[in-house]
Formats: sequence, C-alpha cells, structure tokens
Amino acid sequence: MTRALLVVFVLLVAIAAYAQAPNRPPAGAPAGNADEGKKLFVAVGCYQCHGHEGQGSSATGPRLGPRPIAYAAFSRYVRQPSNQMPPYTAKVVSDADLANIYAFVRSRPEPPKEIQLLKN
Amino acid sequence: MREKRSVHRRDFLKSAAVTGAAALGATPLANATAPAQAAPAVQATAPTAPRETDPPAGVEVLTTDRPGGDFMVDVIKSLDFEYVAANPGSSFRGIHESIVNYGGNAAPEFITCCHEESSVAMAHGYFKAEGKPMAVLCHGTVGMQHAAMAIYNAYCDRVPVYILAGNTLDATLRRPGVEWAHSVQDAAAMVRDFIKWDDLPISLPHFAESAVRAYKIAMTPPMMPVLLVLDGGLQEDPIAPEISPRLRVPKLARASAPQGDSGAVAEAARLLVAAQKPVIVADRAARTPDGITRLIELAETLQAPVVNQGGRMNFPTRHPLNQSANVRQLVAAADVILGLELTDFWGTVNAARDSLVRSSRPIIKPGTKLISVTALDLATKGNYQDFQRYPEVDIAMAADAEATLPALTDACRRLITADRRTALAERGKRLAESHAAALVRARAEAAYGWDATPISTARMTMELWAAIKNEDWALVAESGIMSDWTSRLWSFEKHHQSLGGSGGAGVGYGAPAAIGAALANKKRGRLSVTIQGDGDFLYAPGVWWTAAHHRIPLLAVMHNNRAYHQELMHLQRMANRHQRGITNAHIGTTIDTPNVDFAKIAQGLGVHAQGPITNPNDLGPALRRAVDVVKRGEPSLIDVVTQPR
Repeated sequence: MTRALLVVFVLLVAIAAYAQAPNRPPAGAPAGNADEGKKLFVAVGCYQCHGHEGQGSSATGPRLGPRPIAYAAFSRYVRQPSNQMPPYTAKVVSDADLANIYAFVRSRPEPPKEIQLLKN
Repeated sequence: MREKRSVHRRDFLKSAAVTGAAALGATPLANATAPAQAAPAVQATAPTAPRETDPPAGVEVLTTDRPGGDFMVDVIKSLDFEYVAANPGSSFRGIHESIVNYGGNAAPEFITCCHEESSVAMAHGYFKAEGKPMAVLCHGTVGMQHAAMAIYNAYCDRVPVYILAGNTLDATLRRPGVEWAHSVQDAAAMVRDFIKWDDLPISLPHFAESAVRAYKIAMTPPMMPVLLVLDGGLQEDPIAPEISPRLRVPKLARASAPQGDSGAVAEAARLLVAAQKPVIVADRAARTPDGITRLIELAETLQAPVVNQGGRMNFPTRHPLNQSANVRQLVAAADVILGLELTDFWGTVNAARDSLVRSSRPIIKPGTKLISVTALDLATKGNYQDFQRYPEVDIAMAADAEATLPALTDACRRLITADRRTALAERGKRLAESHAAALVRARAEAAYGWDATPISTARMTMELWAAIKNEDWALVAESGIMSDWTSRLWSFEKHHQSLGGSGGAGVGYGAPAAIGAALANKKRGRLSVTIQGDGDFLYAPGVWWTAAHHRIPLLAVMHNNRAYHQELMHLQRMANRHQRGITNAHIGTTIDTPNVDFAKIAQGLGVHAQGPITNPNDLGPALRRAVDVVKRGEPSLIDVVTQPR
C-alpha cells in the first residue's frame, strides 16, 4: 500500500513537473520556437502595443507573458480581435508563426520577487 | 521743442493728402528707417556731419521721449504680467523697446524664444502652473502662422494666452520689402476660429480698453486665448499732445465664474443622493487648488467614486475614493454619472472601435442618468470639431464646475438622512478596498519587464519617483504616452503636481509647456519635472536654449521610443486591415537610422544632459546627478531609450 502510494505520489509530481516545465507547450498548444518567436514579435509589430517583453500597457494592450491565455483563445483573438487590436489574418501571420510567437511570450521571465522601488 | 514740432502719423497723413502726392515721395519712408538720432533727411546732398536743425514743416518727426508703446506698457503692467514671451520681430519693435527700456524689462520680463509655437506653448504651460496668463508677442503674419498650432492647443485646453501681434496697417507707411510681406489686413483672421476674442485698436485709448477687456474675457470660463493686433505706428510714434489727456488705464474687474442654475443643482443633488452606484468623472474640473478641495468634499459627502480623466489635477491619486483604475466597471454599472468639465462625455459612456469593424455601443445601462456641468456649453464654435460627439445627458448645466461644486455639495448634504449616511459609509468602505487592490495590481504589473532593455516605462517612472518624491515636485508635462504609470503609481496630492495635456493633441506642446510651467515654479523653488517624448522634442528644440538662457530649472526625462509611436500603430492597423502585413509600417513613423542624440542636441543648446541611457541600472545615478543640477537652478535632460509604451 505504502509502495503504491509512493508510486502515485511520484507520478503526480512528474505530471506536475511536466505541466509546469517552461519550455514544454501546454496542452493544446503547438510546439513553437521561442527564438523565432522573438524575431516575429518585433517583425509583425506585437511589441508596438504589448512591449518588447510582452509586458503589456494599460494604454495599448494587455500583458501577454510569461503565462499567456490558452493557445486556442490566443489564436482566436489574434485572428478575430474583439477590441481595438488590429486583426492578424493567416495571410499576415501564419499558424506556424503564431505558434512561435506564443512560445516566445511563454518564455518571458517572471518578474523579480522584491522590487524596493515599487514599495512606496 | 522736438515734441512741439512732431506731427502725429495720422495727422501727417491728413496734411500729406493736402500737400499732394509729390510730397509723399521717398522722404518720409527714408525717415522712417533712419536711426533715431539722425537728423531727418531733407536732401540727398545733405552735409555729412549731423547737426541740429529743424525739420521742414509737414514731415513726420519720429524722435520722442514718449512713444505709444510706453503707454501700452503702462496698461500691460496694470494687468500684472510677469513675462512676455517672443521671438523678436520688427512689427512689434516699438513695444519691444518700450518693455525693455521704459518698462525696465520687469513685469513683464522679456523671454527670448526661438519659435512662436514655443512662445505660446510656454504661456500655455505657465498659466496652468501659475493661474494667470503670460503675454506673447509675435508678428501678425509669419509669427501668427508659426504660433497657430500652439494657440489651437491652448484653445482646446481652455487656457488663456494673451497674444499681442504686430502689424502695420497703413500701407503708405510701410517700409519697402519685408514689411509688406509682414503686413496683413486682418491678422486675427487665421486664428479667429480658435480664440475667444480679438481686436484691432486704432488709438491708444482704444488699446487701453481693449487690453483690459481682453484680459477679462480670457480669464472668464470657459477660458481661451485672446488676441490684440498692435499697429506699428501706434507703438512707435510719439503720443500726440491731444491724446495725452485721454490716456488712462481702465480698472480690471474680473467676472465671477458662472454657477449652475439652482433648480438644476437641486435636481442633480436629488439624483446623486438617491443613486446606488453614482460615479463622478472629472476632466478639466479643478481650475485652482480650491477645485480639488471642493471635489473631495462632494465625493466624501456622497462616498462616491471619482474617475479623473486627467485634464487637470482634479483629485488625489491615493484618495480611497479615487477609482480611476476601475473606470470601465464603474461606468458600466453606474445609475448616475456626474461629468465635470468633460471634453468628451459621449466617449465616456460609449465604446467605439475601428479595427475589424467600425462600431460603437453604449457601455452604460439603459436608464443611467447623466449630469453634465461644463462651461463649454457657454461657448461652442463651429469650424474646428474639438467639441466631440453630442452627449445625450439628462441634466446639462452650462456652468463652471469648480464654481458650482459648493452649491451641489450643500444640496446633497441637505438631502442625506442618517440611514442614507450609513449606507454611503458602507459604500465608501468597499471603494477603499477596491482602491487599495488597484494599487497592488498596478505595482504587480509594473514589475514585468523591470530589467528589460529598452527600459520599461514602469521602471523609468519609478526611478524618477524615487528621485523626486521627497522634494516639492511638479510633473509639469508628460508628452510621451506611458501606460498611465505616473497616475497609477505616484502620489499626486496638490494642484500644481499635474497640469494635464496639450488639449488639441498638437505634437510639440510638451517641451515648451514644461519650460513655461517651470518658469512659473522657479520663484517657489519647486522641482519641475517633465517626461519628454522624442517626437515632441524635435518640433522646436530651440526652446531648450530658452530654458538655458533664462536659467529655468527643469528636470526632463525622455521617453525615447524612437518613433512617432501612435502613428506607427495606426500604420500597423491600416496594413493589417488591408492584409498586407506591417513590413513597411516603419516608413514615415520611426525616428531612427540614425538614432537622434538628444543629449548632444541639448548640450549644444546649453542644457546639462546625459544619455542615451539603455541600461536600467544606470538610470538612478543619472537622475540623482540631474536633480543636483536642477536644484542649482538649471535645466537638465536625460535621454532614456524606452519601451514603446
């Protein structure tokens, strides 16, 4: 029994680790190349509203990374934005390019934990 | 003796008409250009040595101890102007000379500008810091043409600028050549659509009345620029003996600001007190520090959320009822919205988009009551369309909001019962929690991209805040769009700490307006700060020389995103809408290749400058060095290469 519990525990840890691995695409997201995505992020103008780090702006567009919305929703919004974002059809940004961009925003670092200047 | 012999310009014209055209030949015009000390040229073969001699009868003698410009200065001094800003011009050389000599170059002091747009924008910023107008001198033609965009900005921002334009009306008295190109029949015509009032005085008594009247009109809400056209002869020529007894400076009686009708105030109070989810939205509401106090009183009386649209420093950012961060949810849920001096009430309660489709829709619930208090309803012009879409409000008070607030607050207090007060207090607690949560969210968002290069606008904002927060600071302009970080993260409390924007969104306002406001703050030892856009800097950078020349202390931190970024995004929108991609969107919208060395430009104009700074860790030390320079009484600029927004 104890051995069985240990196996289950190890499996759960492994699944959790797999799910949280930064370079592994989440369920439903295609594999993408973050380095290619970084170039595309500038080339197709994502940075203009969302910043070079995908950090977002209250004036122009929300933060995208490092934990973006699910790929399906991400892709749907890029193709058919419901707000002021310019629409990116597949003619302008291919599905493969979009996957790379998604990989890039997922790869953005978490912010520092303690920033003294933000405490007052 | 000379004064007795002098002939007034207009009297001379009368005699000239009798004498005949021959007498109007070259001699009078030659005299007009002669140095003041030289004897009038009577003959082409006159002896070379100057000598005292009486001019022949009928010619115009210009030498005088008391030109009309001196009296103009008397009138201007009575209006308590501290400064007059100008790029020098011959059409106002008369009053220029009177200001610096007769007037002692004090009150007003002449501020040398390199562009008329800078003169007017300096006056624009000065007014918002000082609460009284600055005078501006310019040519009626080329100067007015340069000044026009800045005048439009001031008009849209409801700021009084007192403009004096030189012109020579009498065609027979103009010097050949340039003076003709610098003369115009109706100098005010090209700006009349976006000023409040103008006049063309034809005598000194007329000037006196119009000068005082112009001041009164400019300073009565809704405030706007005014323009007086000063005839060259009126400025330069001797004051005629028969005019002297009539010269007096009229008394200025400022008009009180118009208050809302008492019935409308009572009805508005009834709606606000009964409302479950009222929202107060303010744009240019607080004209003075009293406006902030009054808005706090109303908000606290109602325990109602306040959304500051930022046209003025209306409400402290750290007040628990400040709910600017939650505007969308609040407006969507509101049952009553009170709009105070809103530029765009329609845009406040509607959403419009022009992306995938062009559409608009109300974002308020059906039945939401809208109350408007704005002096804009007292003066709307037709040609320029800054009045925005027509707002369908329920109560429209054509009145000044700041002047109306005390009566509205009193009316609300009279209607609040003990039970209601308890309910309002509960609402206040919820709003305080919401306010605190918004600050936590803003700080969390600011952390993303903290160590990025280009430097994040949040990082730049907070490095700057650390450098100034313990000083008597004022953010006098913010010409780069920076994700509202300052209003979200800084503690703004006082009226002078935020002056709002340009009004008309005419780029080029930021630098001169900041320098004008810093000029106002100089005597108070206040640390003036501006966040300086790169595109804005390049419009008329000579204004930095003005700041150095007049030793105007100002800390300028550049938001240098190397683009006209708003337009870059518009190009992207067009290219994507047309399914062509953005490959060419940088053409005509970016400011690179080569990158502009703003620090070098500023240094060349006499301003202490650092940069370009690309490493965020270099920013704090640079700011500390710059603050030291500004505290010594000089301008200092830091070029910071930043994220786009």
